[in-house]
Amino acid sequence: MDLELSDEQRMLVEQVRRFVRQEVDPLEADLDPDASELPGEEHDRLVAITTGMGLYQMDVPEEFGGAGLDVMTRTLLAMEMSQHRAGLYTPCYGTFGSMGLAQLYDANDDQKDRYLYPTLRGEKRGFFGLTEPSGGSDPARAIQTRAVQDGDDWVINGQKIFISGADRADFGLVFARTSPDKGRAGVTCFIVDTDMPGFHVRRIVHTLRSTHYATELQFEDLRVPSENILGQVDGGFGIANERLTRNRIPYAASCLGVAMRAQEMAIEYVKIRETFGDLLATRQTIQNMIIDNELDIRTARWLTLAAAHKADQGEPFRTEAAMAKIAATEAGGRVVDRAMQIHGGYGVTKEFPFERWFREMRIRRIGEGPNEVQRLIIARDLIGGAFH
Amino acid sequence: MPWKASRPGWNGGNLISAAYSGAGDMAIRMEKAWRPLTAEALAGLPAQLGVYQIADDSREVIYIGYAGGRSLWGLRGALQDELAERGGGHHFRLEVNQQYLSRWEELLKVHMGDHGTLPPGNEKHRPRRIGQLSLS
Ligand SMILES: Cc1cc2nc3c(=O)[nH]c(=O)nc-3n(C[C@H](O)[C@H](O)[C@H](O)COP(=O)(O)OP(=O)(O)OC[C@H]3O[C@@H](n4cnc5c(N)ncnc54)[C@H](O)[C@@H]3O)c2cc1C
Repeated sequence: MDLELSDEQRMLVEQVRRFVRQEVDPLEADLDPDASELPGEEHDRLVAITTGMGLYQMDVPEEFGGAGLDVMTRTLLAMEMSQHRAGLYTPCYGTFGSMGLAQLYDANDDQKDRYLYPTLRGEKRGFFGLTEPSGGSDPARAIQTRAVQDGDDWVINGQKIFISGADRADFGLVFARTSPDKGRAGVTCFIVDTDMPGFHVRRIVHTLRSTHYATELQFEDLRVPSENILGQVDGGFGIANERLTRNRIPYAASCLGVAMRAQEMAIEYVKIRETFGDLLATRQTIQNMIIDNELDIRTARWLTLAAAHKADQGEPFRTEAAMAKIAATEAGGRVVDRAMQIHGGYGVTKEFPFERWFREMRIRRIGEGPNEVQRLIIARDLIGGAFH
Repeated sequence: MPWKASRPGWNGGNLISAAYSGAGDMAIRMEKAWRPLTAEALAGLPAQLGVYQIADDSREVIYIGYAGGRSLWGLRGALQDELAERGGGHHFRLEVNQQYLSRWEELLKVHMGDHGTLPPGNEKHRPRRIGQLSLS
């Protein structure tokens, strides 16, 4: 595997790094430390810059008007875009655009017209509704929300939990059981409009991440027309699996970006902070923290880029994406923790970004398929399915 | 099963069933007693982060605010600023909360759900999207 960056990749990486340092960092000095949105005029100004860079809507496939980057380049940029306080969950405050819900790229033309294109134009927002109180790791078994056919409609009853952004969404993908006895093969994905009678956002679920909070939903005789079925009846789990696995790689990369920035800050700090008459940089205990950070970063970076490379080669990359996700989320947590320790009391204040990274990085081991489930995926590949 | 506009609290038991039984509920609405917005009342307040409501003389909520991570004196400072700006004849109540942003947005949604509008003081700097919350 050749991990030498091309000239174009090097240029893009440098452009995005400059953008983060020169445009995003200064704005954060005035924002609330937990903020996830820029003031409108600043947002528009930065979008004009990213558009000029040719990187607006970088996640959107070329056929839908996006930048159409390969996974490797996208991954390298994700490592840059997250290198600021809000970078983990709102890299550059969304000024590089949004791909919307990956599943909609596989929708039919009518559904694309009603949901995908308005999302790409920034007119609509969607949510992803899979997890239920009965469990999110194994949704195939856990889903209890039921959809029953009634003429041309389906009537949905049930509940979802931890659904990000549903309160502000115009529509969402709701996974419901349509064939009770068929397990994984009995779940259908419905596109649900949030202004339909029977759709309720029951509460905000407050978590460590106060930006992009989660919500709890309830569906009471929610009537959805058949034309809002995404894919096939009972085919909910087949939808856009490959795209979702692919997204796991930039997800890992964004954790690495935060780790890289935390390490950079830690190195700067040990060179200026004195205790007991000498710089922290001279203390072996501190040096070991910096060394362990670097080992964590480089190991996870290698696994993440290897996964991106495999995806670009068109080879199966599920296991590699799982390894990248585990390595980067766990390394990211350790690196932020050590950088925080090196900064002493300042490390835990709201004046520095570590406390936000620390909280949000913790969620990364649970979101996007918990790490235990990623380990299951790897074990299946290594040992074989018969043992699960 | 009727839905209760409250959030389950951990009570050592089953969190999920607690959502229905109401065990260990934490109110979604801010239901603490109103206190007069006076210099004396504010002097002893904590400087922690959190959310607050301001009401007029008839206890109608006119503003929902928060003391965020950049505030110099937390809730005490934010409410002292409110007093300086509004003068006498107002009331306040507060909640210390590290997740002040998501709690603030939740309180705006609750107010919107109950009254169909935001408090007048929040209309001026309306968030881009409020979002919906179905209250029982
Ligand atoms: C902030 C936040 C936002 C979220 N946003 C969304 C969203 O937008 N849409 C959505 O659908 N979901 C969302 N989720 C839900 C998330 O995907 C689930 O929390 C996750 O899938 C785990 O499900 P669970 O919480 O029910 O844990 P469970 O499935 O109950 O698992 C509990 C623990 O056991 C582990 N575990 C499970 N199975 C095994 C096994 N076989 N062996 C070993 N360990 C195992 C899990 O990894 C986990 O650590 C969000 C969660 C959070 C915290």
